Parts: sequence; structure tokens; C-alpha cells
Amino acid sequence: MAEDIKVIVFKLAKEEYGIEVDKVQTIERMLPITRVPKTFDFVKGVINLRGVVIPVIDLRGRFNLPENEYNDQTRIIIVDVDTTQVGFIVDSANDVVDLDRGRIEKPPEVVGGVKARYLDGVAKLDEERLLIMLNLAEVLNRSEVSQLENIED
Amino acid sequence: MDMNQYLNMFIDESNDHLQSLNEKMLELESSPADLGIVQVIFRSAHTLKGMAATMGFEDLAALTHQMENVLDLVRNEKLAMQEFIFDTLFKSLDALESMVQDITQGGEGKADVTAIVESLQAIVRGDMAPAASKAVSATPTSSTPAEIVQESKGIQLDEFQQSVIEQSMSEGHQALYLEVFIREDCQLKAVRAYMVFDMLERFGEVIKSEPSTQDIEQDKFDRSFSLYYITQKDEAELKTMILGVSEIENVTMTRLDAESLREMSATAAKSSPISSEILPVETASVASAPVVEESKVAAAPPAAPKAAAKAAVAAPSRTIRVDIDRLDVLMNLFSELLIDRVRLEQLASEVKVPALTDAVEHMGRVSSDLQNIVLKLRMVPVDTVFNRFPRMVRDLAKSLDKKLDLIITGAETELDRTVIDEIGDPLVHLLRNSVDHGVEPIADRIAAGKDETGVVKLSAFHSGNHVFIEIEDDGRGIYRDKILQSAIKKGVVTQEQSVTMKDEEVYQLLFAPGFSTAEVISDISGRGVGLDVVKSKISSLGGHVTVYSTPGKGTKFSVQLPLTLSIISAMLIRVGSEKYAIPLTSIVETGIIKSKQVRDLHGSQLIPYRETHIPLLSLSRVFEVPDFDEREEEETEIVVIRKGDKLAALAVENFIGQNEIVLKSLGKYLPDIQGVSGATILGDGQVALIIDPNAFIK
Repeated sequence: MAEDIKVIVFKLAKEEYGIEVDKVQTIERMLPITRVPKTFDFVKGVINLRGVVIPVIDLRGRFNLPENEYNDQTRIIIVDVDTTQVGFIVDSANDVVDLDRGRIEKPPEVVGGVKARYLDGVAKLDEERLLIMLNLAEVLNRSEVSQLENIED
Repeated sequence: MDMNQYLNMFIDESNDHLQSLNEKMLELESSPADLGIVQVIFRSAHTLKGMAATMGFEDLAALTHQMENVLDLVRNEKLAMQEFIFDTLFKSLDALESMVQDITQGGEGKADVTAIVESLQAIVRGDMAPAASKAVSATPTSSTPAEIVQESKGIQLDEFQQSVIEQSMSEGHQALYLEVFIREDCQLKAVRAYMVFDMLERFGEVIKSEPSTQDIEQDKFDRSFSLYYITQKDEAELKTMILGVSEIENVTMTRLDAESLREMSATAAKSSPISSEILPVETASVASAPVVEESKVAAAPPAAPKAAAKAAVAAPSRTIRVDIDRLDVLMNLFSELLIDRVRLEQLASEVKVPALTDAVEHMGRVSSDLQNIVLKLRMVPVDTVFNRFPRMVRDLAKSLDKKLDLIITGAETELDRTVIDEIGDPLVHLLRNSVDHGVEPIADRIAAGKDETGVVKLSAFHSGNHVFIEIEDDGRGIYRDKILQSAIKKGVVTQEQSVTMKDEEVYQLLFAPGFSTAEVISDISGRGVGLDVVKSKISSLGGHVTVYSTPGKGTKFSVQLPLTLSIISAMLIRVGSEKYAIPLTSIVETGIIKSKQVRDLHGSQLIPYRETHIPLLSLSRVFEVPDFDEREEEETEIVVIRKGDKLAALAVENFIGQNEIVLKSLGKYLPDIQGVSGATILGDGQVALIIDPNAFIK
């Protein structure tokens, strides 16, 4: 008997992604962002979240998807993984679902332009909806990013 | 019962007690006759013992118990403090400290302390003869003799017995005080005791025993008995003989001389009226008052210091312990409040309702008071670091066979908690360095015409936004040539460079990595105490170390530290739409230059500044600011920044003003960014980056 987990669902381009609710600290509307120079392009800068300075990254940029203008649907999801706090800028976030862990399947090689290493698995919500579970540790892994940058140089 | 909830309290309090024990012991060492200090030490040891026993740390309790025994004797003037006792007590303190350390790290607080316990017991036993002579106890009658033996650890002689001893001593016999311990599991104590007496009688004469021979024969004694004995036998021989009797656990003997005997008679004279008075008093309890008073008079000399000590202890500690995390939370909440205050002020000035403006102004005043207090909460006196140094220096001087005075001033100077936590180790290094290599051995000092006692001064004081901690010795100083020789040998500097180097630059070589391990200069900087580590630690705290030295006269290490790591004064500047903060400490001045003053030289830009030219750096280009370029302006605002002796100018768009800012980290996710040391939250709630000027000057 697999356990049920609660998952925050957010949208990026056409796909729906999920992050386990206990990794999410809060979801915010867009906040003023202070640019931080000389860092990765997808790092949009830092925000002041109730007195704490938190870096935010554009998840589209992180997955090499074309970046969008921000609008009133845009949300910043603040995740907290191993005491590292980071904000993810996503197209929208408006759902929480219960998910049976057993229904998460191994992801295919590439889903919606996102490489499988960033993914934990794929779950079918119903006939039409496919939920892509993110592997946060990999998404936040910096060393892998800097390697990529080096190759591109 | 789960004791865990008390564990933290236990550890904190134990550390406090150990600290105060250390301090008081040092104090006592300088004035060994002050019994008031002994009282304080005794109380601390006693409390520690009680706590340890409650928490179930038996070894800890056992060791403190033995210390207490020794201290008790001292306190009651039965034992005079002397070097050996000090050393043993200090050793015990070290052992206690390591046990508490072990407990702190989750251990059981177990340690093998038998050696220390034995020497403590030896002190209690060994000095018993003079102790016994002063013991004021009623003559043993049919009451409970066993108890008296345990408590008084001595017996009293009457005049006749004394004169017998005196006489035999003058005839060349030796008078001994013996204490014989019988094994606990012994079934026939009286028999064993009789065997001992029998043997002793064959080689000498037992003058007096305690308990009395009668009581011993009737088995009315605990495990030990003591006696005065006159013999011509050798002490060691006697000892083996007594130990030869089966079921005898141990025997201690002390040789008596004329002096200890005289002391005895003096006390005997004083004590006899008291003890004789006690008996009649039993009938009328009211009359007991004068007796008590009289015994107090007998103990008159220690009374005064005792009273003084009590007065010192009387001031109760008016502090509470707060988790440092909570202070951080408080600080964060407060900075949010500040931001809201600025918003309110803005709104109030827009709405222009007098009542609202008044309220907001009042809130502004209250919050700035609050800010002061919140900041002060994090400040801790440097004494918390300094207080362990006297002990350390004492031990160090002892092991090096040097004479040293450590003079501490400004221990009340306050520093941010985070700095305090980090500064301890570097200071230990510097102090060791001064004691070990600065101050010369006694012989050298005398040869140099100095006082044989070296002086190391440790001082702390405020100056502007900084705190200085200085360690100064009056030792042999640093010889420039010796450092340079070694540096040239190591290839750190070339021969040519060495000629032009200033003294200050030469001294800084001491802090070069790898330099300290050099054996060549072992008489200066030593066996690799790691001055480079000291320097890097202090730099990481935002401080500097400077060395001043006069060969033959002494050396001074001056450590400059920022007052706090969490709040700094900064200049806020604007570049395009972005705001940045530059720490005021590295700003030399601000100014305006005309674009035609800027010279291009090999691709870099220079501007005239005073008598020289300094490089001009463009913040907008370094930070890739999209909406500003000073090259399009006719006049540019500049901030002249400094790193050591080097200067540079930063071109900015305009100045916003000076502000106290709260330092925040950029978060773990971002890698270190060159030129940015952190972030702060401005009054409008926006984040501004703090510029690290050091990164701009190569």
C-alpha cells in the first residue's frame, strides 16, 4: 500500500509540474527583484521575503525553455531543500492534489523539453492531465550547471 | 527520568563554576592567605559536586568531592596553601573541564582520575600532623569516637603527653603521627588493631591513640585509628611492618618536629577552656551563646576576609540565558519593522493628517531606541574570551620556566557575539607567541638588565566603529634582519626587495603561509603556531593585524575588529535604476570629476587624485548595469575606496546617503560573486547589494 502525498501543481509552458508540499515554504505573487550581477542568466536576482534575502531563479531559464514576460499569473514558489532556500519563478500555480506515490512512473527521456535528470517521475492525474514531478536536488545542483556553462564556452 | 532537559543547564552552570574556580584559584595563588577566596572556591566546588551527583556523573562528583576535602582543610586553617596543592588543584580543574567537555559532546563524563584523586588524598593525609594539632574537638570520651576521627582527623595531647614527646625528641627519638586504615571487609578489627599496637609497643612507645585503646579493644571504632608514637625505628621499616599485619589497608605517617608540637600546645591551651565549657553548658542551653562567641574569637583572623568575600558574592547575577537563534529572529523581525516604519512615514507625509504624522513620528523615536537595544543584545564583553587567558598564561609560563605577569585591561569592552565566538583561537595563538617567543627566559632578561618577571599586556578598547585588541610584551622584540634572511631563503622576497621594504611590511611576512613553520627563525616566531591562520581568521572577520616592535624592548600585535558583523555603516549609491551599499570603512572620500580629467592608459582609465593618479573603475560596466553609462556624462560622481595602501575610484551615478545597514547573506544557493559581499534590505523593502571594495583593487 503506497502512501498518499500532497503535491503543489504549477505550470511552465504547456506542462504541469509538481513539487511535494513539504518542500514548499510559501507561494508568492511577483515581488520586486534586485538583479545580481555576474551570475547565471536564469538567476533573476534576490528578493526580500519578510526580512530574509532569497535568490530567485526563472525555472523556464533553468530548463532552457524560452523565457516569458511576467504577468499577474506569475508566481514565485519558495522551496526549502536541505536549508537552502530558493524561489522558482513559474507561469502559474493554483492547485494542490493528493497523489498516490505508486502512481508515479519513471519519466521518459525528455518531457516538455526538460531533461529526465531533473525529473523524479511522471504521474497521470486523469485522462488528459500528466503531472511531472521535479527532482529538486538536481534542479538546485549548481556544479552541474557550471559544467554545462563550461562546455558552452 | 529523562535528565536531558536539565543537561544544557548543567553544562552551562558547570562551565560557569569551572571558570570562577579557575579565576579564584589564580587570585588565591597571588594571595594565598586570603581565606575569603577559599570560601568562594569551596562553595563553587560544592555546588558543582551537588549538580554532578544529581545528574549522575559520578566521576565528576567524586573528583570534586576530593577537591572539597582539601579545600575544607584549607578553609579551616588546618592546611596552608602551597605550590604542590595549587598544582594538584589546577590539575583537578583541568580534569573536570575535560569531563564537562565530554558531557557537552554527548559523552558520559567518564575519565580516569585516580592519579589526581590519590594526590588529593595524599594532601589531606600528608599534612595531617599540623592539621591535627589545630583541631579543636572535645576530648574523646565515650561519645562516638568513630565520628570524631572522621571529622577532626587529629587527636589532642595533654600537657604531660606533650612534654613526653618533647623530651624524647630532644633525646634523639623520633615522634611520629600514624594513621592506620583497616580493610573494609575486615571481620575482627579489634584484633588487627591489637596486633598493630602489640608490634608498635615492641619498638617504641604509643603516647596516645585515638580512639582510646579501650575503645579500640571493644571494637568501638570505624576503620581507622591514629596515634602518636615515639620510636627509634626507621619510618619506612615501620611502615612495611605495619602493612605486614594482614587486613591492614594503608598506613600514613608524619614526622613531628618541635615547631608542630609548639603549635599544638598553643591550640591546646586555647581549646581546652572551650571544650571544658561545653559539658556544663549542656544543662542550660541559653548559656551556649558565649561559647559560640568564644570559638569565633579563636577563629578571629579569617573572619574579616570571610565577610569581604560574602559581600562580593552577594550581588546576584541579573541575567538570563537566551538562545542566539532567538536573537537572530528578533533582529530579522526588527528589520522588517524598520521597513514598515519607512513605509508608514511615506504614507503619512502623503496623507498629511497631523494626528497620523505625530503617531508615526513617535513610533520612529521608539523604534530607534528599540534598534539600539536589539543591537546591544548581541554584544558580549570580551571578558568571556579573556577570562580563560590568565590560567593559560600561568600554565604556559610555568612549563617554560618563565616569570610572567598578564595584565588585562578593557575586559568590559563589548563585541558582537559572532566576533567573540571566532576571536578566541587567534588570540590564543598570539598570546602563546608572546609568552613563548616574545618574553625571554629569566637568565636572558637579567642579562639584558630587565626585571626578571616579564609583562604581557592584553588590552581591548573601542575606537570609532572598531574594537582594538592588543597584545604587548616587553620581550626581545622582532629582528628585521632575521625575518628577511629567512624570507629570502624561502624565496618569499628577493634580496633587492628586502632592502626597500618598510619595517611594517617585513613584520607582515610573519603572517605569510608556510613562513611560521620555519625553524630558522624559531627564536622569533616559533614552532609553527600558525600566524598565517591567525591572519586569515581575523581577515575573515573583517579585521586586520598590525605588528609594532622595537628590538630588545618588546612587540605589540594590534588586532582591529569591526564592532559588529551584522550592522555596518554604509554609503548608499545609485547606478541607473540599481542601488548599492559601500561599507563606510573602506571609503576614503567622495567627489566629482570631469570627464576630460580621465586619462586612458593601456586600456585602463586613470584620474588625478592628490599628487598621484589612481585607477577609475566603472561600476556600471563591472556589474553590467543596463541603464547607465558614466561615459555619456560630463561629470561623474566618484567614490574613492581603499584596500590597505592602495586606492581606486568607483564611478557611480549619484549618492543617496549614509545609512546603518543590516548585513544579510545572499543565500546558500548563489555562488560567491566577485565584488559583492552580501545584501541588505533598504527602507523601501528592496534588496540592495553590498559592494566588497577589496575585490575591485588588485
